[in-house]
Amino acid sequence: MKKVVRGFYAVAHSVKLCKPHVICAYPITPQTEIVENLAEMYANGELKNCEYITAESEFGAASILVGASAAGARVFSATCSQGLILMSEVLFNAAGMRLPIVIVNTNRALSAPLSIWNDHQDSMVLRDAGIMQLFVENNQEAHDAVPQAYKIAEDKRVLLPFMVCMDGFKLTHAYEPVDLLEEEVVDAFLPPYQPQIYLTTKKPVAMGCYALPAYYMEFRVAMQQAMERAKSVMEKIYKEWAEVSGRDWGGHIVVEYPDAKIFVVAMGSLVGLLRKVVNDLRKEGIDVGLIKIRTFRPFPVENLRKALSNAEKIVVFDRSVSFGYEGPLSIELKSALYKYSSADFYSYIVGLGGRDMPKDFLAGIIRDVANGKEKPGVAFKGYKEFEEVIP
Amino acid sequence: MLTYDPIDLYLRYTKFGGVISILIEVRFHGRGGQGVVTAADILAIAAFKEGYYTLSFPMFGAEKRGTPVVSFLRISNEPIVERDEIYTPDYVVVLDPSVVGVVNVVAGLKNGGVVIANYPKSSEELRKEIKAEVMNAKLYTINATKIAMEMLGRPITNTVMVGAFAGATKLVKLDTLVETIKEWFEGDLAAKNAQVVEKAYRYMEEVCK
Repeated sequence: MKKVVRGFYAVAHSVKLCKPHVICAYPITPQTEIVENLAEMYANGELKNCEYITAESEFGAASILVGASAAGARVFSATCSQGLILMSEVLFNAAGMRLPIVIVNTNRALSAPLSIWNDHQDSMVLRDAGIMQLFVENNQEAHDAVPQAYKIAEDKRVLLPFMVCMDGFKLTHAYEPVDLLEEEVVDAFLPPYQPQIYLTTKKPVAMGCYALPAYYMEFRVAMQQAMERAKSVMEKIYKEWAEVSGRDWGGHIVVEYPDAKIFVVAMGSLVGLLRKVVNDLRKEGIDVGLIKIRTFRPFPVENLRKALSNAEKIVVFDRSVSFGYEGPLSIELKSALYKYSSADFYSYIVGLGGRDMPKDFLAGIIRDVANGKEKPGVAFKGYKEFEEVIP
Repeated sequence: MLTYDPIDLYLRYTKFGGVISILIEVRFHGRGGQGVVTAADILAIAAFKEGYYTLSFPMFGAEKRGTPVVSFLRISNEPIVERDEIYTPDYVVVLDPSVVGVVNVVAGLKNGGVVIANYPKSSEELRKEIKAEVMNAKLYTINATKIAMEMLGRPITNTVMVGAFAGATKLVKLDTLVETIKEWFEGDLAAKNAQVVEKAYRYMEEVCK
């Protein structure tokens, strides 16, 4: 049933239908209402066979998830920003222990200075953790992503945590129409969780224990192999979802105007506006296409090489910075295209800490790239000129 | 009654394959605690019930009462992809008279755009107080604080202004709005706010005749 709901509710409703056994979180803006909605559902008895545990911090929440998941439970949490990086110590463990934990990260900037608004810096901290990351464009995609996240994470060829990344405020606080899933649809798609290995006195195992140099590396290689396998598992499950739900979000990447000379690359909610901008610019005669990156980890190297092999100019809009280098998305893309593309790179860091990216601003940048007014390279865009206080 | 001139629409909005794509952009100004965000949200739900695609979202500073708050609403006959803030609104709704002059509420208002304001004085007085150039904007005022105090006992003006917006624009029918209000609020508040909405709707309907 299509209903106008907030992003929070779109996620919570979907989580409920996935029938998690343990939900544990600590409130942080702009995530709080996801777990508030879940807490309300729990209090109303809508979450059967589920424990809702309030934790004293995100570190505690993540630790509880690890324990519950290791014991064979399907678990859920939501967090972002400082909360996510407080979880990070535990989440690296969760990945190493191969626990299929699902987390919704409502992307928010990192301190300092303190900001509750949206960018992708928090996701990037977890880039190397062994956690799958899917970026969504709107609340319908966020709603649909949760069942897929569980199915992918729990697949025995994968067994890694999954993080659904949705832009804080831009999506979480937005009311928009969402076709809410029916229980039968999710039941038919997502089977009950059957853990491969779990903590039980009947067949004792140790998880996350000490590995001497003679053993450690094999565990990490196995994680990388699982990530590689995840690529095909994800593609299969994305397709399966399209059939079951009738909504096809595409594969790891979505390409608009595949024969274009100039390509704009972005992730998250910005992609929606960029669709509009690209369509408008094409009417002006600019041969520009769009690539939406959905799967950020594992990074869809092969898909991007194929899509961008004939591009002449590539414009990347990064929503975070690797200080001392450049935007992480641009770094990944350049690395993926090494020896596969001779395109010029225009890497822009935009929209940090909720800085708005108006339509004309984005169109202006792409137009300047097309007209040769912009030189290839790396630049911040959309900030005010300022004088350095400490020179 | 205030309606869109179809020729005006044709000129102002892009034409896609013979179908006119309508995108109506509304910006709400007020102060934290008055329900500025809720006003946009209620109208997003109500306009969806009328068959439109809608999108509403907030922009505020610190999460505290009394600071100027802005929220945004887009209404379209097509799925909405634009999530940037609204710089060139068709409508501006002002929930608190004290933000006029503090914030440039008419910034970027489209030529022929409409301001619907909670303002104790006439629209001529409002036009004088808005220092920025308002060109041929249409200004309508309603003493929403007075109505809210009388009917709700609190100076929370969002439902008054939601009713006023619907009464002026007719984008949402009164029945639909009342239904939405009754779903949004619970118990006594639902009944009271439904009355508030109706009063403001009827008032603005008269004003815009």
